[in-house]
Amino acid sequence: MSTQMLNRPSEIKTSPPAKKPSKLNVYLGLLTFGFLTFAILLRGKATLPLDRSSLTSFQTWLNNVSAWIDTNRDSNPIFTSFINVIRGFINGFVTFLQNMISQTGDTRTIPQIGWLGVVAIIGFVVYAISNVRIAIFSIAGFISLGLLGLWQESMDTLALTLAAVTLSLLIGIPLGIYAGLNPRFEKFITPALDFAQVMPTFVYLTPVTLFFLIGPASATIVTLIYAVPPALRITSVALKQVPWSSVEAAVSMGSTRFQALRKVQLPQAKRTIVVGINQTIMAALSMVTIAALIDAPGLGQVVIRALESLDVGRAFQAGLAIVVLAVVLDRSTTAAASKVDAANVTVASRSTHRLTLVGLAIATLAIVFLSRIVVWAGAFPGAGTLGSNLAKYVNIYVNWFQTHFVTITNDITDVVSYGLINPMQTLLTQSPWFITGLAFVGLGAVLGGKKLAGISLFCVLAIVGTGLWSDTMVTLASTLVASVITVVLGVVVGTWIGRSKRADRWIRPILDAGQVLPAFVYLVPFLGLFGATRFTAIMAAVVYAAPASIKLMADGIRGVPETIIEAATAAGSSSWQMITKVQIPSARRALALATNQGIIYVLAMIVVGGLVGAGGLGYLVVAGFAQENLKGKGLAAGLAIVLLGIMLDRITQAAAHRNSKEYAEASH
Amino acid sequence: MFKNHRARRVTTYLLLAGAVTFASSAAGSAQAAYSKASTAKCGTVTLADNAWVGYEANLAVVSYVLKHNLGCKVVVKNISEEISWQGFASGQVDAILENWGHDDLAKKYITNQKVAVDLGLTGNKGIIGWYVVPWMAKKYPDILNYKNLNKYASMFKTSESGSKGAFLDGDPSYVTNDEALIKNLKLNFKVIYTGSEAALITSFRNAEAQKKPMIGYFYEPQWFLAQVPLKHVTLPAYTMGCDAVAAKVACDYPPYALNKIARVKFMNSGSPAAKMIKKFTWTNVDQNSVAKSLAVDKLTDEAAAMIWVTKHAAQVKAWLA
Repeated sequence: MSTQMLNRPSEIKTSPPAKKPSKLNVYLGLLTFGFLTFAILLRGKATLPLDRSSLTSFQTWLNNVSAWIDTNRDSNPIFTSFINVIRGFINGFVTFLQNMISQTGDTRTIPQIGWLGVVAIIGFVVYAISNVRIAIFSIAGFISLGLLGLWQESMDTLALTLAAVTLSLLIGIPLGIYAGLNPRFEKFITPALDFAQVMPTFVYLTPVTLFFLIGPASATIVTLIYAVPPALRITSVALKQVPWSSVEAAVSMGSTRFQALRKVQLPQAKRTIVVGINQTIMAALSMVTIAALIDAPGLGQVVIRALESLDVGRAFQAGLAIVVLAVVLDRSTTAAASKVDAANVTVASRSTHRLTLVGLAIATLAIVFLSRIVVWAGAFPGAGTLGSNLAKYVNIYVNWFQTHFVTITNDITDVVSYGLINPMQTLLTQSPWFITGLAFVGLGAVLGGKKLAGISLFCVLAIVGTGLWSDTMVTLASTLVASVITVVLGVVVGTWIGRSKRADRWIRPILDAGQVLPAFVYLVPFLGLFGATRFTAIMAAVVYAAPASIKLMADGIRGVPETIIEAATAAGSSSWQMITKVQIPSARRALALATNQGIIYVLAMIVVGGLVGAGGLGYLVVAGFAQENLKGKGLAAGLAIVLLGIMLDRITQAAAHRNSKEYAEASH
Repeated sequence: MFKNHRARRVTTYLLLAGAVTFASSAAGSAQAAYSKASTAKCGTVTLADNAWVGYEANLAVVSYVLKHNLGCKVVVKNISEEISWQGFASGQVDAILENWGHDDLAKKYITNQKVAVDLGLTGNKGIIGWYVVPWMAKKYPDILNYKNLNKYASMFKTSESGSKGAFLDGDPSYVTNDEALIKNLKLNFKVIYTGSEAALITSFRNAEAQKKPMIGYFYEPQWFLAQVPLKHVTLPAYTMGCDAVAAKVACDYPPYALNKIARVKFMNSGSPAAKMIKKFTWTNVDQNSVAKSLAVDKLTDEAAAMIWVTKHAAQVKAWLA
């Protein structure tokens, strides 16, 4: 069963014969030894440093390009009319949603649908697609937004998120299905996805506003760029996970290819596609704060403003509202999918269910109507004292924690910085570029053959071409440390919650919080504890990246076929054997995806790291956003991050791919 | 650099005055008869909100007066400085209420594209410079002169600065000469780019609380100084043009006279809001008191502005005259 899953025909055809692991280890050992020897022998030579304020000719050229766009964007009519149509459409969509639930418009004192109406609709929709428990949970969640004193801001964020997620799924899922069926298209689109996911948002924040102006349209587009890739990628992975034999069986029994897709592949891929939808929602919500920098309405604005006066409590208050929104959306989509999975209800119970739904729909409509005309049902009552009290106590608690633990946390920072980050950074920045570059090419050659060696060579040379080799090495050192921590957490916690439903129930809200709580909320306390250091940046990256790894790993563990588990249990495996010999090996593909996504999410936080003292490429991107004459350099830094990301991505994929192949062969 | 900016401001001022005179004479007396009605109908004013509390204080008070005295609808956009300037071209921003220099943006949008105009000074004096935590200034009084900094350099070493002392810089949108200064004054320090104002302030706050050494870039007016009164380190005095070549700077930062910028079309619209913003000036003491209400007492913009406006009725009246 599991070999079937891994040995899809396309893979057998394209992949070179696997080498014995011992031989691989010898190569890797030689490579490490060679790299260290030459790095130390030639240290300090050809390290390609560049002063903070100097520009290379390439960076100056980028400056000129962006200046050219700036002056010419109004003079090209086809271009402007095209852009204006898109902007008008998206703005209209967002404004429509805002007028429904958050903004009052010119003539009304409450939005088209008041708070009670929104709560009723949420309750009804969630009940209809999932179950009573989740519906009550969602209602409670939405009411808590009002109690936090952030009803209107939350609804603004909800409107923007709905718009962005809808558009992302409309683009991402069809393309993902196509990519899942058509390897050539997948190959073609993968670099574009990598680019979109790894390119730091800060880099395209200014260009997007040049074309789409500040406001909801730009915010939606910025979010789209980031939220489409997970939807597309995970959809395509989901389709590929469906055993090829079941498609063949369907086709041999006379189904057309389209029928096979609709009746066999999509239903079987549904669980993983929902993970993709879930990731898309999380990605969209994670952009709320950054989008606020270009005037996206909603909770992000509250966070940014709280940060001006380092008001952690207020930032947390808004961050918590974002988390509540995320958890509600996450739970209801997940429950919806599992309900469709278990669709074997009797006809009788279905008709009673339908009757209940009609009744509830009428009640919902009545409440919506009420919320349009009665003030207490329209505008959320109360002054949100719960929210301001919460903010106050959070501030007190954070201060207390900081005063009592700062010596310990400072020691941790020093130990990790002097013991791990500094040596790593010294090694990478002091080694000549061609030695480190060769090491990457060699790693590519050993793990993935000629083609990967070629990709690595291209990335290395292109990074040198951006003029930011030394800064890239600074960033690489921190990225490596953060990625290792992320993957270890992914495997350990992912396996744990994959095996235990109860653990999953407790851990998952924390994971959601880590993924969607804007980094800006915990940056200030982290700064207080760990100082303005690279370690703070690493911690922030881990908080953000580990949940994705953990979730994907857990999904993989749960996806291990029941028959295998039963067979292993019957053979008398202990829990430990079950985990290490059966579950983790069977979930190799998930592990590969978890590692891969973990690294990509760490890379997404490089820029945030630049805001708290990580220096390197992240700082340059932020500087490029802030200063006219550093724009080109920021753009170059963004490119360098993408190149580094693509290289790390391909190398980890190749490594993971090898592992799963070896496992497949061993189990024959 | 500074002189040019000043000169240009005077020129644009004159041009603007000319334009306003022309417009008002052309409109004739009908405009005057209309003015009472237009006071009631101020319309919508869109103000940029840049991310520091001093700016926030200007914004709070100006918005308050626009709303309550002129009946305007005020829309606030939380955006960075560069994006704010961009808003003049797209028509999405009417005014910036506290501008720190930005000669490159002024050249692009005021001189070249002619979409923005300098509205004169806010009355706030900006100081940029090097600051140390107060406990150090007390314990080592001579540290306040740059010549003695090398003596203490080793105290400032951190995990981030290698063998040198750490010198912390903040938000990258601020123009800094620190790397050049350290090199040209032969100081044994390394600039650490914390990357944000939040990181810089948190670092200063912790250093003072834990009595750890810290030196870095900072500026006034800033609400944080009311909490931790950082001490200014003397650098070689600023003289006109001493900062002309970025790599060779060896003198202190120039004093900044902060100003207001507005969209040309907004100024020409005859909105009473435009006139009020143009007349708005106050002192560092004024700004700090409102900033403290916002950042330390955590009042809302509206509440903080109300306190100040009630106490300064005469001054507000002058802005509206």
